[in-house]
Amino acid sequence: MAERTPLYPLHHAAGARLTDFAGWEMPLHYGSQLSEHLAVRRDCGLFDVSHMGVVEVAGGKALEFLRRVLANDVARLAPGRALYSPMLSPQGGILDDLIAYRLGPARFFLVVNCANTARDLQWLREQSAGTEVEVRLRRDLAILALQGPRALERLARAVDVAVADAAAALPSFGLWEAGGWVVARTGYTGEDGVELLLPADEAPGLWRALSEAGATLAGLAARDSLRIEAGLPLYGQEMDETVSPLRCGLAWTVAWEPEERRFVGREALEAERRAGPRERLAGLLLEGRGVLRAGQRVLFPTGEEGRITSGTYSPFLQCSIALARVPADAPEGRAEVEIRGRREPVRVVAPRFVRRGRILVETGCGRGRAPGGGDERNP
Amino acid sequence: MSEIPEDLRYLESHEWVRVDPDGTATVGITDHAQESLGDVVYVELPEVGAQLTAGDESGVVESVKAASDIYAPLSGEVIEVNEELLDHPERVNESPYVDGWFYRVRLSDPGELDDLLDAEGYRRLLDEG
Repeated sequence: MAERTPLYPLHHAAGARLTDFAGWEMPLHYGSQLSEHLAVRRDCGLFDVSHMGVVEVAGGKALEFLRRVLANDVARLAPGRALYSPMLSPQGGILDDLIAYRLGPARFFLVVNCANTARDLQWLREQSAGTEVEVRLRRDLAILALQGPRALERLARAVDVAVADAAAALPSFGLWEAGGWVVARTGYTGEDGVELLLPADEAPGLWRALSEAGATLAGLAARDSLRIEAGLPLYGQEMDETVSPLRCGLAWTVAWEPEERRFVGREALEAERRAGPRERLAGLLLEGRGVLRAGQRVLFPTGEEGRITSGTYSPFLQCSIALARVPADAPEGRAEVEIRGRREPVRVVAPRFVRRGRILVETGCGRGRAPGGGDERNP
Repeated sequence: MSEIPEDLRYLESHEWVRVDPDGTATVGITDHAQESLGDVVYVELPEVGAQLTAGDESGVVESVKAASDIYAPLSGEVIEVNEELLDHPERVNESPYVDGWFYRVRLSDPGELDDLLDAEGYRRLLDEG
């Protein structure tokens, strides 16, 4: 029996095409992935991401504990701030990537990937055994992501003025907690917006209010194409237990200073850093025909080879783009990708295509399906 | 509920065929197929003059999310392709049975028609899920 979020009846009623996602029955789209994607870039989209795990870590030693199990350093966080971090194995592979929200001096929420929640919980409990740190899964909460340039404006029409004002005043990665709600200026689309954690029984009311305030309902399919355009890695695609953060574009998330902080995986990463990482994350723009997909081979003129980790048609660029793991010294510029036995030209660029509604790369690529078509819900 | 015109024949892999009186046939993908794929963004068609054998991969249709092969329902020579789809792949979503057709073939073995599903058979296939 598939698990369902508290918003499932509303997805069903809205005509969502549902899909199995790591054992959860989740909305893939509500009619058109393209128009949902473009609504987020131009206005505002609303996602149900309640399938993600919220792990509360609390107790006198919570800060010390998280400084040991996370590669990024939560000591950099004042209460009311959040940061992104990988959680590593002793071998330096990525067990999961998460956002750590510091709610109080010794109280944190970790929002982890749905498919890894059970394993993360077990790992965190093993690692905290014998300490006074409490690790607790908060399945009583739902998570809504409201994303896009008009997210704050739409939010203000749907919630109490106190919540709206607090959200609008938050800096990027800032958070506000009151009345069992956490509002954070975080997201996974490359646009401004908020993520709202709230009691499950209040989620349907907020969902309806945001929808009535003009937010476009958006599914996991748009979430994926948005995060690929934004160059945000996804667990299971760009990274897994066999990949270190240095090889998948996440070197910036490893806090090497202070040197005496002995986080799990540090020794392995230091050795890899001394030797020089063998691979890196690159962006690809397809100049030939077709659509780039995960698993396709990337062939460099130098004879080196890489592999696509995520590929899609980019609704905003109107051509196909991909993230790929390539040899560290593979050159930017031209390469080829093998699509169904044919070699198609691609341009190798930095792995980030769109931020805040702006295209960051020279496209000049082939014809694509024009945006603006379809049944966008917002004028 | 997806549309299944009565006058067409179908393949289990969700292609449709319209047989014309002159011994040619038009091929496309069904309403159910376009709906499952989602927004179509790229179509690859066979070349005019290509000789297809029933069951061959005769093209590809890709949505934002996924790629899907188009199988040849019938053997024959490709006599026309819908070039409109190269610039407007969304026709496949908008009008799978009319504007969104893929190609036409001159049948080399009309007997193969017996191997295809009729509308009732295809409806049953979808109902079985």
